[in-house]
Amino acid sequence: MTENKNNTELIQKSLARRYRAEKRFQWYGMLAIAFGLLCVAVLFTDIIGKGHGAFRQTYINLDVYYDPEVLGITDVSDKAQLMVADYPAMVKQALRQRFGDVAGRKERRELNKLVSNSASYRLQDRLTASPMLLGKKEKLWVVADDDTDTYFKSMGGRGEAFTGRVTERQQVWLKELIESEAIRLQFNWNFFTNGDSREPEQAGIGGAAMGSLLTLLLTFLLSFPVGVAAAAYLEEFAPKNRWTDLIEVNINNLAAVPSIIFGLLGLAILINVFHVPRSIPVIGALVLTLMTLPTIIISSRAAIKSVPPSIREAAIGIGASPMQVVLQHVLPLAMPGMLTGAIIGMAQALGETAPLLMIGMVAFIVDIPSGFSDPATVLPVQIFLWADSPERAFVEKTSAAIMVLLAFLISMNTVAAVLRRRLERRW
Amino acid sequence: MTTPTLFISLLVMMACLYYLGRQRSVALARPLGGIRSLHSLPFYYGVQAALWCGLPALLLLILWLLFDEPIITQIVVATLPDHLQMNSEAEYNLLINQIENVATGALPQDSVDPALVEAADELLRLKGITQMALSLVTLAVAMAGGAWAWWKMSPQLQARNQVEVVFKSALLLCACVAILTTLGIALSVLFESLRFFQAVPFTEFIFGMDWSPQTAIRADQVGGSGSFGMVPLFTGTLLISLIAMTVAVPAGLMSAIYLAEYASPKLRSFAKPTLEILAGVPTVVYGFFAALTVAPFVREAGMGLGLTVSSESALAAGLVMGIMIIPFISSLSDDVINAVPQNMRDGSLALGATHSETIKKVIFPAALPGIVGGVLLAVSRAIGETMIVVMAAGMAARLTANPLEAVTTVTVQIATLLVGDQEFDSPKTLSAFALGLMLFTVTLMLNMLALKVVKKYREQYD
Repeated sequence: MTENKNNTELIQKSLARRYRAEKRFQWYGMLAIAFGLLCVAVLFTDIIGKGHGAFRQTYINLDVYYDPEVLGITDVSDKAQLMVADYPAMVKQALRQRFGDVAGRKERRELNKLVSNSASYRLQDRLTASPMLLGKKEKLWVVADDDTDTYFKSMGGRGEAFTGRVTERQQVWLKELIESEAIRLQFNWNFFTNGDSREPEQAGIGGAAMGSLLTLLLTFLLSFPVGVAAAAYLEEFAPKNRWTDLIEVNINNLAAVPSIIFGLLGLAILINVFHVPRSIPVIGALVLTLMTLPTIIISSRAAIKSVPPSIREAAIGIGASPMQVVLQHVLPLAMPGMLTGAIIGMAQALGETAPLLMIGMVAFIVDIPSGFSDPATVLPVQIFLWADSPERAFVEKTSAAIMVLLAFLISMNTVAAVLRRRLERRW
Repeated sequence: MTTPTLFISLLVMMACLYYLGRQRSVALARPLGGIRSLHSLPFYYGVQAALWCGLPALLLLILWLLFDEPIITQIVVATLPDHLQMNSEAEYNLLINQIENVATGALPQDSVDPALVEAADELLRLKGITQMALSLVTLAVAMAGGAWAWWKMSPQLQARNQVEVVFKSALLLCACVAILTTLGIALSVLFESLRFFQAVPFTEFIFGMDWSPQTAIRADQVGGSGSFGMVPLFTGTLLISLIAMTVAVPAGLMSAIYLAEYASPKLRSFAKPTLEILAGVPTVVYGFFAALTVAPFVREAGMGLGLTVSSESALAAGLVMGIMIIPFISSLSDDVINAVPQNMRDGSLALGATHSETIKKVIFPAALPGIVGGVLLAVSRAIGETMIVVMAAGMAARLTANPLEAVTTVTVQIATLLVGDQEFDSPKTLSAFALGLMLFTVTLMLNMLALKVVKKYREQYD
């Protein structure tokens, strides 16, 4: 009797302990998930917090006077004169008129640094578009310098403004501009249309995005047909022997080879042996194709596997040859699954940086590439380059570029998920 | 005719031949009582004719393009006067570059030796001739092939079988790309590494304790003689990977267990895709995050505790790499946990075990091989990860186990040695390939091991 009671007590005691352990274990699990979710939240708020400002840019209102003497233009219809005219002097003149009391070289230089030197290109564009402006005055919003931009944006927020390289005299001028409402924020179209630049206020992701598009397009055109063909062979035709086993093991291993190794391959074989030029979308696409091919093959094989054998048997039963079965029945039915796999592979390729560093896609390229053999860079590499730049304004640009890249990636993955849900058939 | 136009005209010819072949097969069958009397469908006759027209010509075109340039440069260089005949390979390449630049107009003619201008003219002339010859020969071959197919076509011709053989070979060729890639990787790193090991002994590379690849490029430069010992690089890589795994394995595993065993469907449908976002974030973004947010934070926190933390500490890079790997481990573990048969769970619960005891004592041991495989794959990813460490870890090789100091990794060194100008006869550049060889071998072994473990495990319950 006593023994029984003891046992019950023991069990009661141990039960409490065991339930505590159970609770603790659940807590660990919840903590782990909370940590993961926290990481996502911190990562995104950090990037968005740093980068949202880059979508707006500071503009300064100037009264510009298209003075033929300052510009050195005698004949407006002469295109050559319009090309070489001294627009920077015109900007300087406009600034000096705005803040009359400036004497001394140093002060003047500080004054001129308030606006971006892209302002003079804007004037040139205006005058080339409508030559009647010569000799007339105009109120114009011109892009501010990146230091001015950073200063003005930080004013809007909490308390103390970030001065950085803005001198006290410049601050006085800027405060005056703010009081007379001659400085404002506008949507930053330049960020989407411009190529790279050493000046943060002129730098944009247009060139890199175009490079990414070209590279990705070529990667898709190369990797999707080859991947699907390889998958079709391995699933439908390959005899079971040592060779096909070798190919299988190979593909699985290639999928896990570090991406930087593919950069070594591109450098040693494609550039040094086959003399493919550096820095162009073609070589980027070749390397990325080799890198994404295993992913595409693996997902295509899964898609082919999911087509039920009854379809094949029915086709063979009415007299189709094995090749006809594959081309006319299996592949069309497996296409949605293969496309989803391909989109995921392309998303991977879009975010890849390391192998591209090795094949010269890190070059500083101002022009927007217009073909597969123009020197180009891609979005992730542009992010890497900007992240290395010392100017504070580039932090904002980098984060904004990351936001754009992430938006692309997330929408690609969403499209893949939707496709999978909509088109994939359950047999 | 330029090469692209040649290519397009070949495609057009193939299209024509397809149409002609198809028509001809139908015409041949008409007196015999319709296409029923053909061996194959008219489509296959068309394709067969098109293939006969296109394939030999394309093969010829590719071979020609592969070999014509070296032959032309050989001929041009042979015509050069004696004083320009160069001995070393570098001078030879420079000379060829000059000639090509003059030919394309990139280099003004009056800035170089007149003999080079002549050579450039010769080069242009030869290029014109070969291009012309190439167009003629290719088109002739295409026509001959097409005519042959037209000539040989008969209702008994097994067009479908022939076409299918070609298709099947093409599929096989595509499947072989994977093998060729592996072969290419192995050969490229091996070949350059062998050249490196001629300059630096293998044992010194493997066991050397000092890494400073900055060698003097010119004789008059004051520079280190360069030492290539990879031990500090590997310890640095291992240190960062270890930190990453200590973050990722508990977090990934526990979240997988919680999601698979405890979470309500609602939480699961929200948390799983959200965690998977982490897997889709490009590594360059993590690198930026590590360098600009986590590293300063770690530094501040360390200062608050009275520790000296380097601004490029291994801890920051490792932490962020761990975050990157969490979804990798959690999704792999989720798969294996879900693959454990339900009746094992039911059996354990029926014996009175609590849920956590069931997980710890029954499910976890059953899933262990799969989890180990997943962790091995994750380690191989951590070792091969480049962008995070390039952006957030240091450059200087230091032999230390202190996570607060800056260390460098194998991948960082490969990237820094190969970005920018490369000198393919200096050990400095070649050492990157030797490091690549080591990286490839280590990750390959890890992957093979992991795949083997996972495969073996899968067979148990299937």
